[in-house]
Amino acid sequence: MKLDRKQVEHVAWLARLGLDEAEIEKFTVELSNILENFEILNQVDTADVSPATHAVPLQSVFREDQSSPSYPQSDILTNAPREEENCFKVKPVLE
Amino acid sequence: MNKLYQLSIHRAHELLERREISSVELTKATLERIAEVEAKIHACVTVTEDIALRQAEEVDRCIANGDITLLAGVPVLIKDVICTKGIRTTCSSKMLENFIPPYDATVMKKLKAQKAVILGKGNMDEFAMGSSTEHSAFFPTRNPWNLSYVPGGSSGGPAAAVASNEAIYALGSDTGGSIRQPAGFCNVVGLKPTYGRVSRFGLVAFASSLDQIGPITKDVTDCALVMNAIAGYDPMDSTSVSYPVPDYTSCLNRDLKGLRIGIPQEYFVEGMQEGVKSALEAAIKKLKELGAEIDWEASLPSTKYALAVYYIVAPSEASANLARYDGVKYGFSEQKASSMIEATEKTRQFGFGAEVKRRIMLGTYALSAGYYDAYYLKAQKVRTLIEQEFEQAFEKYDALVTPTSPTVAFKLGEKLEDPMQMYLSDVCTLPINIAGVPAVSVPAGFVAGLPVGMQIIGKPFNEETILRIAFAYEQATDWHKREPGI
Repeated sequence: MKLDRKQVEHVAWLARLGLDEAEIEKFTVELSNILENFEILNQVDTADVSPATHAVPLQSVFREDQSSPSYPQSDILTNAPREEENCFKVKPVLE
Repeated sequence: MNKLYQLSIHRAHELLERREISSVELTKATLERIAEVEAKIHACVTVTEDIALRQAEEVDRCIANGDITLLAGVPVLIKDVICTKGIRTTCSSKMLENFIPPYDATVMKKLKAQKAVILGKGNMDEFAMGSSTEHSAFFPTRNPWNLSYVPGGSSGGPAAAVASNEAIYALGSDTGGSIRQPAGFCNVVGLKPTYGRVSRFGLVAFASSLDQIGPITKDVTDCALVMNAIAGYDPMDSTSVSYPVPDYTSCLNRDLKGLRIGIPQEYFVEGMQEGVKSALEAAIKKLKELGAEIDWEASLPSTKYALAVYYIVAPSEASANLARYDGVKYGFSEQKASSMIEATEKTRQFGFGAEVKRRIMLGTYALSAGYYDAYYLKAQKVRTLIEQEFEQAFEKYDALVTPTSPTVAFKLGEKLEDPMQMYLSDVCTLPINIAGVPAVSVPAGFVAGLPVGMQIIGKPFNEETILRIAFAYEQATDWHKREPGI
């Protein structure tokens, strides 16, 4: 599977990952090479196989709905790059 | 053995209990050792000297009152992917360079309950993505056995620190080999527990269906002691399993009579170093002498698909997990942008390094519309087949033995520009994460002065058997006693 430049730009957009010109060129080649190595999976007949999720046979894990104290707001805001009036501050979302 | 920093946990514990040494003496000796060799090894992102000494003083007061647990007062280095309350946790990434967690990971709570002494945080490949620790955003760690060589990765800092006596033991994390491969490269013991055996709460997520925390230690007894402390169900991690935790030290005996060990041929791969192969063959003969029944003809035919499965599943999960780094709540944030979306894109462009970007791209692609069935779904189906092969193998064998890595450590820079070659160095370890079973790497010889690791793979939730095999082998050999001349 060869990736073209347009696909790389589209995937970067989906991931909200800014890439410079050199990175776009590099990933176009590198990701194509890596994907080629994945073609080996086409050799495997998986017609009757269900997909795995993870390795332990756990499903729908429940616990008691007990209330407990949350972290203080000040602790959580300590790492915030920008805050205002005890809120996280972000750039405009709507134009 | 004449320096305190050379002690194992169990030996240090004996001396602390008899009050022949104090925790402050042991901690100071280890901190001095860090000061002595760190400029060569670069194993630590953060050294918390003040915190360590304060903890050591507190432990000494407890010990004076006769209050001592097995890990009490013994200094540990924590891989910088495990959240430590009030101590910077960077994942060796610019993205989290200044992140100070407001809470402790469950394993940290457990170590603190035992009064462990926290030395600091160990270097790693950024967000645990890599096999050499060269993908740290800060600096590469060096292999103590030869400073021109990598220590392996991603837990290269913790493994190199234990090997060079900068820490008595360490905690690492393992998603595709990140504990075992560096343990093998550095001549120390590294265990990846069964998926669900150790809580992942507070472990910064890379690939949630594969990640596990585990010990990196100087010997197998220490590995069992650390497992006693960190294993068990945690309501904060819904994938942890409420299966009883045994005393992992009780299974350590020198006799392997009655154990059936399979040697899967597929792990003796093309491109494997001749020296690694002969070291493994000698080690397996030793297991036979110790009483194990060896079957050289074991087979896990789908092994050849594991690399492709891993490098689809792990990046897919990573692309979802790393979506949280948007520069809003914590972490690096690029403000030179006119909109929220542009700020997010730039934050991620400047905050992440090359390997992390590569995996986010790969995973996003594998999950994207039109490709999901061909890549992610296909990989998860083949994963089922790999899991089933392990299940079938364990109907015949109590354990499987393979090399930890097809080669010994490689030179810094050797594989940095070739991602596929770097990925191949985990070819023996990543099938184990895919199947979720436990495996331990133990020192098993040297090739041209660089260590060889033997990987022992066990049944789910049966770490006891692989530790028993590892212990018997260790007691019959002296590889683990060798130290790098640094």
